[in-house]
Amino acid sequence: MKALVFLATLAVSSAALAQDAAKEIQRYREMIAEGSPAELFELEGEALWKKPQGPKNISLEKCDLGRGPGVLKGAYAGLPRYFKDADRVMDLETRLLYCMTTLQGRTREEAAGRVFGTADKPSEMESLSAYIAAQSRGMKLEPGMPHPKEKQSFELGRALFFQRTGAWDFSCASCHGQEGVRIRMQDLPVLYKPQAAKPVMASWPAYRVSTSQFVTLQWRMNDCFRQMRTPEPAFGSETTVALIHFLTVTARGETYNGPGIKR
Amino acid sequence: MRRLALLCALVALPAWADPTPADVQKVLQRDLHPRGQAGMERLNQDAVQRACTESRDQPPAGLAQSLQADQMKSISFPEGSLIGDWKRGEAIAQSGRGMTWNDKPGEPAGGSCYNCHELSPRELSHGTIGPSLRGFGKTRGAGADAQRYAYGKIYNAKAYNLCTQMPRFGASGTLTPQQIKDLVGLLLDPASPVNQ
Repeated sequence: MKALVFLATLAVSSAALAQDAAKEIQRYREMIAEGSPAELFELEGEALWKKPQGPKNISLEKCDLGRGPGVLKGAYAGLPRYFKDADRVMDLETRLLYCMTTLQGRTREEAAGRVFGTADKPSEMESLSAYIAAQSRGMKLEPGMPHPKEKQSFELGRALFFQRTGAWDFSCASCHGQEGVRIRMQDLPVLYKPQAAKPVMASWPAYRVSTSQFVTLQWRMNDCFRQMRTPEPAFGSETTVALIHFLTVTARGETYNGPGIKR
Repeated sequence: MRRLALLCALVALPAWADPTPADVQKVLQRDLHPRGQAGMERLNQDAVQRACTESRDQPPAGLAQSLQADQMKSISFPEGSLIGDWKRGEAIAQSGRGMTWNDKPGEPAGGSCYNCHELSPRELSHGTIGPSLRGFGKTRGAGADAQRYAYGKIYNAKAYNLCTQMPRFGASGTLTPQQIKDLVGLLLDPASPVNQ
């Protein structure tokens, strides 16, 4: 009987705890909505955008993100898209890497050597992503679609989303294909449906509270593959870009309001 | 000239069609690289993965039956009782480690059970992708059939439901037979919190 009472108390108190935690996260979200930690990364990104680097010792300010050289306003909301000079579809990070190697003359190995940072030391790519994405706030997501290579990328992304693979037989849809389910306490958006993809894609890249890190979509794809128990995707590969393209096209029309905050 | 144009059109054709699982596998083999214990062989779809990809997890009944029968043959059931230590089973159910490129090879993996299932009523942080297993042994008892079902299902869930999202923990080499027995203990032992 004593044990039963103890168990009941435990259950009640842990339920209350879980509720408290949810409330606490909500309160935190409201608190930082007006002054997001992402802003620190935006400032760092601006400095990096303007900093002369590489063998040519020039900045990225002439980098064409799809709206013309150096145009940042609305650039992120138009990505991923097809770029004629590279003859492929690129997302923000892939395009930045392209500009680092072509404009600045840096090697791919050096420029992509440390694309995912740590809490202590964010990466150049993360800060640049924060700075550039912030300049699409309030604009509608309109990734490229009419070009045949864009259509091809979208279709590859969709097929990748449903491909069951890896040591544990997962596809993206294993976790993101069913309504109303969660992993542990984490709700899982059904990302091939516009309704769920819209709020998600409108908030990446984002500051992640649990790890105190600014994280990007290339990171998100990388870490999902890790958890799917597959080998590692190359940064900016057709695979990761096609998935990001598929998700963004699914979310198109949504107003971008990032860089956001994640759990 | 006209023949050349026709040839070009034919060569370009695959780019317009929806990529097949085999096409996607080729793309993955090109774009991914081995890291740690995660080798490239993990990208080779087997018959189960292919059938589930092609049918979006709704395989035709006949195919499902024959592939499930093949999977059943992969399970080797140990002799004697399959009920291990439920306390060790609880720790295995809690752990989400194992098989990723940054898990140390050779270190024991977990079963990630709570990621998807409710088990012990003491653990509130459980997922819901799989059914609740609370009281699992209460309804089924702890007899030989229940033991065999629980062991087999954890060893190779695809033998019972071809396109389930549950990994093949034994067949994939994630969990050892002893670890699976401990999980069977967690599910079936009357003393396990699952059955309280």
